[in-house]
Formats: sequence, structure tokens, C-alpha cells
Amino acid sequence: MNTGKWKRADFLLLCGMIAVGSLFGLFLLLAENRGTEVRVYVNGEVVNTFSLDEDLQYEICGAHGGVNLLRIEDGKAYIEAASCPDGLCMHMGKIDKNGQSIVCLPNKVTVEIAGGGEAYDVDLAAR
Amino acid sequence: MNRGKKVALYGVIVATALALGYLESLLPPFFVIPGMKLGLTNVVVLVVLYRMGGKSALAVNGLRILLVSFLFGSGMSFWYSLAGGLLSGISMILLKRTGKFHIVTVSVAGGVLHNVGQILVAMAVLRTAAVGWYLLVLWFAGLFAGALVGVLGAFLCARLSPKIFDK
Repeated sequence: MNTGKWKRADFLLLCGMIAVGSLFGLFLLLAENRGTEVRVYVNGEVVNTFSLDEDLQYEICGAHGGVNLLRIEDGKAYIEAASCPDGLCMHMGKIDKNGQSIVCLPNKVTVEIAGGGEAYDVDLAAR
Repeated sequence: MNRGKKVALYGVIVATALALGYLESLLPPFFVIPGMKLGLTNVVVLVVLYRMGGKSALAVNGLRILLVSFLFGSGMSFWYSLAGGLLSGISMILLKRTGKFHIVTVSVAGGVLHNVGQILVAMAVLRTAAVGWYLLVLWFAGLFAGALVGVLGAFLCARLSPKIFDK
């Protein structure tokens, strides 16, 4: 069965996808700046807001009884422990840039960095 | 193709896709960035697309997603898989239909759009648009995974006996 031949169109589409990704990355890089605020969302609603400069621990009660332990330390926020089966939110690492987020899908929890001057406008652009 | 062979062939294909998905889930999770997957099952979808056509590819992918969510799914996971599977499946069918692209390019586009589809659902579910960096990582992850899957798929398309897919 014919799986096609390499043509100009392949080159254009592949380069196009790499270019779009790179431009997007450049845009994020240029727009990034440190945030001042940590916002905790459960099910799309803000449930709590913390300062990024104060060290603390906070237990987020997510959907279906799930729990994520949020920790703010040295100006960075991360999930220290979580009840979700995959634990991906813990692997997402520490965040401190405006607009960065940690997402836990099973518990419907989002931790988002906000504040700190002009936020990049992905939020607005994507809406 | 007679009905008996059809049932058997689809059964074997869907089972292969399931087994590959399971195999992939055995990879240690700390090796990868969250949500980043090789998408080995897409090899199966790709081969079916090129050997049996678009409808069969969509059917196999749909069946696989349904079975995976019945067997291992947790709540929303079905919708993420479905969005990713449909978006990548339909775009691969359309790209192939143009006849202008190599199988690897088709697979790369499918890999990227699979991840984009999942993120779109995540944005809708969590009602957030703050997915910038995540989208960036998954965009490139989709590129690389799609390329690898495409090379594997091209190899299998060339090597699998045509008898398997005979009418």
C-alpha cells in the first residue's frame, strides 16, 4: 500500500508546525514575568488566594473528595502531595511565573500564578 | 470481506491497540512530562487508515477509546481521549485524502492535534485558559511522538502481509 512520497507539501507543513510552536514559545518567554499571587481554583471557581511571598501549606479540597496539598516556599508554589491516582500535579514542578499553572484533572483543581504587572494575554487571546 | 473475517480482524486490531496502550502505561511516569505520551496505539490507527481506510480507522479508534475508558477510565478521561482521538483521527483522514503528504507528516499532524484536542477539553472542563506552557510542551511532544509513530507506521504498512487486509 502506498504511504505517499516526500513532497514539498510535507516540508511546508512540518516546518509550519515547528514554526508555530517556536513562535508560541518565544511569545511565552518574552511575556513571562514573576507573579505575586497564587490562585486556587476548584471546578473553575476561585476558592482561595495567597501571596507568593509567604511560605505556607494549604490543603485543597477538590472534586469527589480529592485532596491536593499546596505548598508555597521560597516564592514558588507546588503540589507536595495529592490523592489523585496519577499524581501528575506533583510532577508539574514549581511555578512562579505569571500565568503558569498546575492542573489536577481528577480533582478538578487548578493552581494559577497571577498578578505581577502585565500578564501575558494568552488568557484573553484564547477566550 | 465476509462478516466472520471482519469481526475477527477488527477484534485483533482493537486488541493490539489496547495491548500497546497498556505496554506504554508501563513506562515509568517520571520519564515523561505530564500528559506527554508516545501514543503507540496511534501506530495501529495509522496502519488501519492506510490499509483499510478512514472509516475503519475512526471505528477502531472509537472502539479503543470506549474500551479503555470502560476498563481503566476515571470520569472525565473518556472525554479527553475522545476529543484528542477525534481531532487527530479526522485531521489525519483529511490530510491523507489530499494525497499530498507522506505518512510521517500525516502522523505528526495527528500527534500534535491529539494533544491540542485534549488541552481544549481541559480548558473547557477547568474553565481556565492558563495553559500556555503546557500547550507549548505538548505541542512539541506531539511533534516528536507523531514522527516516531509515523516511522513505525510506515514500516508496518510496508511489511505487513496484504493478505491480512484482503477482502
